[in-house]
Amino acid sequence: MHTAAGVEACLPIRSDMDLVWVRQHVRQAAARLGFGLVDQTKLVTAASELARNTLVHGGGGQMAAQHVSSRGSQGLRLAFSDEGPGIADLELALSDGYTSGGGLGMGLSGARRLVHDFEIDSAPGSGTTVRVTCWVVRPPRPREGV
Amino acid sequence: MPEHEADGQLATPTHEVRDFLHRRREQIAQRWADEPLFRAVFTVSRDEAVEAGKVVVDALTQVADSEQVEDPDSAGFSAVREQLGRMGAARSRAGLSNTQVSSELAALRPPVENLLAADLQQAPPEHLRACSTVLTVLMGTLRLVAMQTALSEWQALSDRQRMQLLEVATPVIRLWDGIVAVPLIGTLDSARSQVVMETLLNAVVEEHARFAILDITGVPTVDSLVAQHLMKTVAAARLMGAECIVSGIRPAIAQTIVHLGLDLDVITRASLADALGYALHQLGADIVKPGAGQR
Repeated sequence: MHTAAGVEACLPIRSDMDLVWVRQHVRQAAARLGFGLVDQTKLVTAASELARNTLVHGGGGQMAAQHVSSRGSQGLRLAFSDEGPGIADLELALSDGYTSGGGLGMGLSGARRLVHDFEIDSAPGSGTTVRVTCWVVRPPRPREGV
Repeated sequence: MPEHEADGQLATPTHEVRDFLHRRREQIAQRWADEPLFRAVFTVSRDEAVEAGKVVVDALTQVADSEQVEDPDSAGFSAVREQLGRMGAARSRAGLSNTQVSSELAALRPPVENLLAADLQQAPPEHLRACSTVLTVLMGTLRLVAMQTALSEWQALSDRQRMQLLEVATPVIRLWDGIVAVPLIGTLDSARSQVVMETLLNAVVEEHARFAILDITGVPTVDSLVAQHLMKTVAAARLMGAECIVSGIRPAIAQTIVHLGLDLDVITRASLADALGYALHQLGADIVKPGAGQR
């Protein structure tokens, strides 16, 4: 499909400037795959949270974007990986309001609510990988525009 | 190199190239003046291009003399660094990509190489080969110096633009007596949000503002960090006696904030007009349509 071009990418996350690239890439990729404005915004916000976690807690890493499809439905999968200290207590890290970095503590838990599929893979000392997927859900009667 | 020195007949390739550059200074500069790079940069007269070419040849001669043909930091290059940077910058201003500028610089090599080959016709083939290798390395280093200089100029330009962006993007507008507004545009990273907070707090003092409106219509993404920066700004303004209103929350942003689970503990309005209306009402100044009341 023509949509794959401009969607698949592997971006480094090393500085604040890289976060800007990540957000812009995710926004463009989501628009290309046909996500609506609300879903684009949700996905970009989730990507922004996760990329910042990769930078702040993981000490930098990368984001891989991938175009996925299942039973005729298009989706965008983003994988954020770092080789940082890892997360000791996943349940605690995923609870609202818990923070280890002076933030609001809503990043990881909030990002989980913004996407359809959320997978986290982490252990102390072996880095963290977060995979999120969003699907373009087509309503029965699409209404175009606002 | 050692075997040439051993037979005592031939100079080392580097010195051979140095002597060649010195001898053929005029011819090389003349040929360069016909190349696209020099023609495009020095449009006033051909003599000007030839003079500029001579300066570059002199620099190369000096570098060859110091036997540092591979070193872009060689002292010889310092004289032409600025000129090369200007030439590169002029070409990129004319719309050429880095690759195109680089290949125009590469085009300076063949004319010199041909001259060298003609000069060393009588020399043994391996000596000619050694000399042209030195020349190739030297011209490669020249290209590197030119690109380095151009890149550092672009870097300086982008740093300047970043600084400008910090200042330009945060104007404080006095909307009414006691009401100021800050339209926020772009990414609210830490540096920007610091500037926003400072300018807003200063404006609150200067304008004796009771209401400060933060308009986020131009902010593409509101994540938890941006929300935290906003809340800190609001809390600081509150301490100074001004109430903050966050306006310009688009539908997509509103839904995202809800999903994210953020609790914006602040008065919010959909548009700047609504925020202004609210602030005016709080100040006791309602806007009445003509004909609706007595006045």
